[in-house]
Amino acid sequence: MAKYLLKRIFYLFLTLFLIASITFFLMKLMPGTPLNNQAKLSPQQIKIIYEHYGLNKPVWQQYISYIVDAAHGNFGLSYQFSDQPVSYLISSRIGPSLQLGAQAIIVGVFFGIIVGSLSAIRKNTWIDGASTFISILGISIPSFVLAILLQYYLGLKLQWFPIADWGGFSYTVLPTLALAASPFAETSRFVRTEMVDVLGSDYIELAKAKGLSRTGIVWHHALRNSLIPLVTVIGPLAAAIMTGSMVVENIFSVPGIGEQFVKSILVNDYPTIMGVTMLYSALLCAILLLTDIVYGIIDPRIRISGNEG
Amino acid sequence: MENADENILEVKNLTIDFHTYAGTVKAIRDVSFHLKKGETLAIVGESGSGKTVTTKTIMGLLANNAEVVEGTVKYHGKNVLEMSEKELENMRGKDIAEIFQDPMTSLDPTMRIGRQIAEPLQIHKGYSREKANKQALEMLKLVGITNAEERINDYPHQFSGGMRQRIVIAIALVCYPEILIADEPTTALDVTIQAQILDLMKELQEKISTSIIFITHDLGVVAGMADRVAVMYAGKIVEYGTVDEIFYNPQHPYTWGLLNSMPTLDTRKGKLESIPGTPPDLLDPPTGDPFAARNPYAMKIDEQKEPPFFKVSDTHYAATWLLHPDAPHVDPPDAIKHRQEVYAERLKKGTINLGHIHSTGKTSFGADNDDAIGE
Repeated sequence: MAKYLLKRIFYLFLTLFLIASITFFLMKLMPGTPLNNQAKLSPQQIKIIYEHYGLNKPVWQQYISYIVDAAHGNFGLSYQFSDQPVSYLISSRIGPSLQLGAQAIIVGVFFGIIVGSLSAIRKNTWIDGASTFISILGISIPSFVLAILLQYYLGLKLQWFPIADWGGFSYTVLPTLALAASPFAETSRFVRTEMVDVLGSDYIELAKAKGLSRTGIVWHHALRNSLIPLVTVIGPLAAAIMTGSMVVENIFSVPGIGEQFVKSILVNDYPTIMGVTMLYSALLCAILLLTDIVYGIIDPRIRISGNEG
Repeated sequence: MENADENILEVKNLTIDFHTYAGTVKAIRDVSFHLKKGETLAIVGESGSGKTVTTKTIMGLLANNAEVVEGTVKYHGKNVLEMSEKELENMRGKDIAEIFQDPMTSLDPTMRIGRQIAEPLQIHKGYSREKANKQALEMLKLVGITNAEERINDYPHQFSGGMRQRIVIAIALVCYPEILIADEPTTALDVTIQAQILDLMKELQEKISTSIIFITHDLGVVAGMADRVAVMYAGKIVEYGTVDEIFYNPQHPYTWGLLNSMPTLDTRKGKLESIPGTPPDLLDPPTGDPFAARNPYAMKIDEQKEPPFFKVSDTHYAATWLLHPDAPHVDPPDAIKHRQEVYAERLKKGTINLGHIHSTGKTSFGADNDDAIGE
């Protein structure tokens, strides 16, 4: 197991290195420069700025110094935010994004499991139909539409929750709901499919023949077997959501990282683009590794040390 | 002790339709049989003949699109078809248990086998987890799992197919059920393991005195296991009798065909026999004898009217017009003739074993159809 983990962690860093390299060169291929008022600047000024940020050196030198710095945890200085270190920018804004993402995943997956299971247990009844309908809505309604509807009804009309801004748990409710729609829909569809499959399997037939009640069968046999594969879906889903959604963060004025990322692309803020990309990649890689480890723990068939079979 | 002659299970005139998109499939048509305490009844027939549907009915586990058109399934006089879901749950696993065909898929892959064996005890007998686990361990030893103490905490994927079927048997028998339904329990196993599993079932049958309904398409397996045999074809029972009667004095051309297609030690050269054709489409069963189209001995009446059961002996009935007094005498295939000669000889010598279950002459089969002919 330790050997396996070491191997996986090595591959994780290799992956991150490759992503860093590819992103670096792709970014250099983008048209434009980080200077948005280039026309007004004299060549002298441009030269000074380029020297300040090391942009006058050959690309391969920039690349090597970037990789070396990144390995030491230094992702450079942001161009747009008056020389703040990228690592500080990210760490000061990642908090709200992570919190919203985690809340959305928990809410979405929890209700997704319930609705998906009910749907499978009552296959081809109105319950199944209704939950399918809700799931399709969840997948097809864009999150900004849902966000605005939530603001209008729960925020403005009913006044249950603050419409926007950031300051305490009640402020997180609406953006969480808006973000939870897609993990909810995906989870419930996934769980339904899995559970319909499981409920038709031989071991469920055997459980019935043992005399288990319907609830007993779902609780003791069907649920675990249909939820195990869900882990593989939740991982990437969580990574995508926790790294922030620009649209939802914008609508609710959440000081998160999503907004910052898009902005940095628009103004060619190379160090910020790189930093956020690396953060996303690292998060995704870590979650994938975690998924595999968790999978090994909850599914006895693929325990890494279990070679007896 | 109950009367040994009592029928613990009586299936009468069972008729089941399946409603499908393609139409109504008449899967079971007027099937009747009974089971006595301690005996093994084999139900034999090819795929799609309705064997499994019959067992599902007994367990109360029919699919939603099945409709019981007629008939009763009485367990100790109580009609299973009229039981509530709660009553059925109480019966399943405790009074009537079942073993399935494929041991590779019939165990929950994510649950330790010990827990799976203990589960029925906790449901039906209210045992504590600890007590149930202890009993499960005993059961695991009984079905011949070596190192049971260690292996009880293993998962199904850590066992071979034969071992898994032993575990399935342990689950089925852990509550000492009165009836064990074995639905092709050895079909998915290789031949050497088959024999072990059959021996184990026989051994356990004696130990816990359970009755077995043995579903199979393999007559070779039947010979060593069963006391009585019912042969099913196209949703109907076409012949039934003691195991000797079916093997040595078969009367129905379908039974002849089945026996003929079984390889024996004499099958040295040439090809294996088979029954030509395929079973009829049960969406639209033919009038008359459903086997007529594949039957080289078919007569005109076979296509017009379904044959009733004709009595061969007190325990032996067959539904074929060939047994009608007015029917012309036909010679069965040589191999069958040979069997019948052996049988006659043994009868003369008195060495025949008519099975340890002797009918009182009154049976639940359609014995009263004797004179239904000639209309």
